[in-house]
Amino acid sequence: MIALEKVSSGGRAASPSERRRDHTARLVADSVSLGYGERRIVTDLSVSVPDSAVTVIVGANACGKSTLLRGMARLLRPQGGAVLLDGTAIHKLPTKQVARTLGLLPQNPIAPEGVTVVDLVGRGRHPHQGTFRRWTKADEAAVAEALEMTDTLELADRVVDELSGGQRQRVWIAMALAQGTDLLLLDEPTTYLDVAHQVEMLDLLADLNHSRGTTIVMVLHDLNLSARYADHLVALRDGEIVAEGSPAEVVTEEVVDAVFGLESRVITDPVSHTPLVVPVGRHVTKGSPV
Amino acid sequence: MSVIEAPTPTDVVRRARRRPLNRHRLVVGGLSVLLFLLFVARVLLGDYTITIPDFFRIVTGTEIPGASFILLESKLPRALLGVLVGVAFGVGGAIFQTILRNPLASPDVIGISVGASAAAVAVLILVDVTDNRWLSLAAILGALGTAAIVRLVSGGVAGYRLVLIGVGMAAALNSVIQYLFTRADIFDAQLALRWLTGSLHQADWPTIRVLVVLLIVLTPIVAWLARSLRITELGEDAAAGLGVTTRRTDALLLVGVVLVAVGVAASGPIAFVSFLAGPISRALNAGRTTLLGAGLVGAAIVVAADYAAEYLILDINFPVGVVTGALGAPFLLWLLASGRTGRRSA
Repeated sequence: MIALEKVSSGGRAASPSERRRDHTARLVADSVSLGYGERRIVTDLSVSVPDSAVTVIVGANACGKSTLLRGMARLLRPQGGAVLLDGTAIHKLPTKQVARTLGLLPQNPIAPEGVTVVDLVGRGRHPHQGTFRRWTKADEAAVAEALEMTDTLELADRVVDELSGGQRQRVWIAMALAQGTDLLLLDEPTTYLDVAHQVEMLDLLADLNHSRGTTIVMVLHDLNLSARYADHLVALRDGEIVAEGSPAEVVTEEVVDAVFGLESRVITDPVSHTPLVVPVGRHVTKGSPV
Repeated sequence: MSVIEAPTPTDVVRRARRRPLNRHRLVVGGLSVLLFLLFVARVLLGDYTITIPDFFRIVTGTEIPGASFILLESKLPRALLGVLVGVAFGVGGAIFQTILRNPLASPDVIGISVGASAAAVAVLILVDVTDNRWLSLAAILGALGTAAIVRLVSGGVAGYRLVLIGVGMAAALNSVIQYLFTRADIFDAQLALRWLTGSLHQADWPTIRVLVVLLIVLTPIVAWLARSLRITELGEDAAAGLGVTTRRTDALLLVGVVLVAVGVAASGPIAFVSFLAGPISRALNAGRTTLLGAGLVGAAIVVAADYAAEYLILDINFPVGVVTGALGAPFLLWLLASGRTGRRSA
């Protein structure tokens, strides 16, 4: 549980207003507007992703958090503004060059039929292979390391279709690791996983952040796990940032109400000492009154 | 001191990578041998047997009355054309099925081949052109046009949408063909039939030469694009994350269309070959995509079906498309009944 120490040591990042002007970060959304066709989902949003930290985007369903992540991963072309990677608009960079710096694990990646673990993870090396340069020792080493880190080495020649949900998700993370990028974007990496596997997955990402200094940006549903694992939280509502900062700054009763429209009590997580949201709801019948 | 050293992680990776490659080599090797045997049977056996020494004598220029004509004007060109169009249909079909992640999404199911036929029949009946070269050109343009319409209307290459639109398109084009037939005289109708059921009957050397050149040009392009096929297989988003855009996918689909179009232009739409080759080669290769395997299976199906059509079934010389159609229909039903269409995600 190395991750916990760091989270409890509190915000290393500056206050939200300062950060929004911080254009030295490697990944920056600069007054970006995103949407699908006529439908505008994110309007004029600016956010700097702190380097070598874990940033989590939270918000209610359909608040634009996945849209923002897709925009930052260049899957969506901004209708206004720009996403900057190392100071250059990400859409102007060659896509394969971007893929060597910025990795992405989408929400529903597809494992081709019959593909083995090692084959799938090896495909993460694609951005490093030229038209003529094929599989090298470096590729082999990167795949081996990715399998070791995700504890999937013993699954190496298994077929991905036959793995359990938790194993499969680790294999996908391994593929993203083999890509060897400094930044990694993940869209709800814990969906479909039970709580034990959710924690295992987030621990793995925290390990990655610690050992390699990988900048991680992810969208998560679970506010409490977000508060626990994030260095930096971005709370969205209707495509706008409601609050941004360390979990202690962001996860308050007011913000939870503003973002989710949920009445709640915020207490301190007895394990990680991060904020813990306890929803109030309408049916508090068992035990003590609120 | 341990006697056996534990394998290092890189050893594990190397070993695990080798297994599917070995399997693929075995599949390709086995299919090559099978295709070679079928080819030999098609060329030498049948109603008129040509001995192996005679075969070499004829191809090196010796004139053997009767045998020379049968070999050089019928058996050999038909076998060669069968291999070439089989490869084109097989690879083209597998490209479609892999990108669209659906065995139903083969070009002959989603209207591409029908588009080629309809264009050729339209030119034949309405413009009254009977020159095969013009008809072939019309077929190629018809296939490209149909593919462009299906792709534009569906707006993407994901999911069932493109398949459904393609099936609708095929139905519409079939009705166009029906209509054209009502206006055709008996001679044109005979010619038009060839564009509806594929046949190797008119195999000739000029066609084979053109086809060989086209395939030689297309092969390196396919090989180059096939590398990104391994990435596009992972879904649009994951592929984009790895630096492969949908433009690459469209380029690959275009090559698939061209392969099928060229095949139809040379032999007519031999029913279900591009539909069958992909799934069969996959099943042999432990479920994994293999374009090379699909090409070999496609060629083997056409050559075998042509042999069967010519010598094995009744006393009539069927066009090869009748036999492959009879094979393909039950396979299509089986695919639908066993729920193997469309693959699950994640």
